[in-house]
Amino acid sequence: MAVCVAVIAKENYPLYIRSVPTENELKFHYMVHTSLDVVDEKISAMGKALVDQRELYLGLLYPTEDYKVYGYVTNSKVKFVMVVDASNTALRDNEIRSMFRKLHNSYTDVMCNPFYDPGDRIQSSRAFDGMVTSMMIQVC
Amino acid sequence: MRTRGAGRLLGREGRRMADAALFEFLHTEMVAELWAQDPDPGPGGQKMSLSVLEGMGFRVGQALGERLPRETLAFREELDVLKFLCKDVWAAVFQKQMDSLRTNHQGTYVLQDHSFPLLIRMASGLQYLEEVPKFLAFTCGLLRGTLSTLGIKSLVTASVAALPACKFQVVIQRS
Repeated sequence: MAVCVAVIAKENYPLYIRSVPTENELKFHYMVHTSLDVVDEKISAMGKALVDQRELYLGLLYPTEDYKVYGYVTNSKVKFVMVVDASNTALRDNEIRSMFRKLHNSYTDVMCNPFYDPGDRIQSSRAFDGMVTSMMIQVC
Repeated sequence: MRTRGAGRLLGREGRRMADAALFEFLHTEMVAELWAQDPDPGPGGQKMSLSVLEGMGFRVGQALGERLPRETLAFREELDVLKFLCKDVWAAVFQKQMDSLRTNHQGTYVLQDHSFPLLIRMASGLQYLEEVPKFLAFTCGLLRGTLSTLGIKSLVTASVAALPACKFQVVIQRS
């Protein structure tokens, strides 16, 4: 269960960012922003290494004491960043991967919507919002 | 209803044939509609219709560029992206692959299709050569849009020597 989910465009501005509303949200925004450096580093490292299979899933970007940050990049250089609670050790790698895959599929659907202008903020897609809500921690 | 039944009889191939036919009809109608609305027969008006068609193709190409590439980040260089265009994109949209891809290794690629599906129903040979550009505008936009989602700015033009063979020239814009 994620605490914060962000979709970052190719030019490194946020297309969609949503966090659990109880905490100081700026802290999450700041974490996502700083993790972008790590994402760029991983992307350029992938470009230099002559690996046959290049993954879209970037893995754990950096752990802090309370939270872990995971990254994923698509072929169109759109990045997904997810912040999860570090105390939730039950979350395994393949669960994070499946969450990213769902995000990617929803993002592709938003892109195919002819009323959506590429580069705009993702504001009016109920399906996308619903999918992100299902991934975030239920805080009542 | 009847088409759905026919599709079921023919199986998956039949349904895909129906999709291809629908796209061809839609494309023909799009060109006819955009051309008819333009009362100004001069070159200015025609350019507007061509750029509208190209813009539509661009938006569709952007969406295709997001949906078609599979799980792996497979594009290590430009040539890989062009090969992806020739094989996967063309197969998804026109049910066939591009016949040849040539490059001068300096940012210009020429994609050649010997029997372009949107032209094949029109004529064979040199008839109607003047009418052809409006039927290629959408596809040029499609290529440009897919390239743009995959991170490549380009300029795509099409030329026809004899129907139904046509060439698409992609020039990469390096800023």
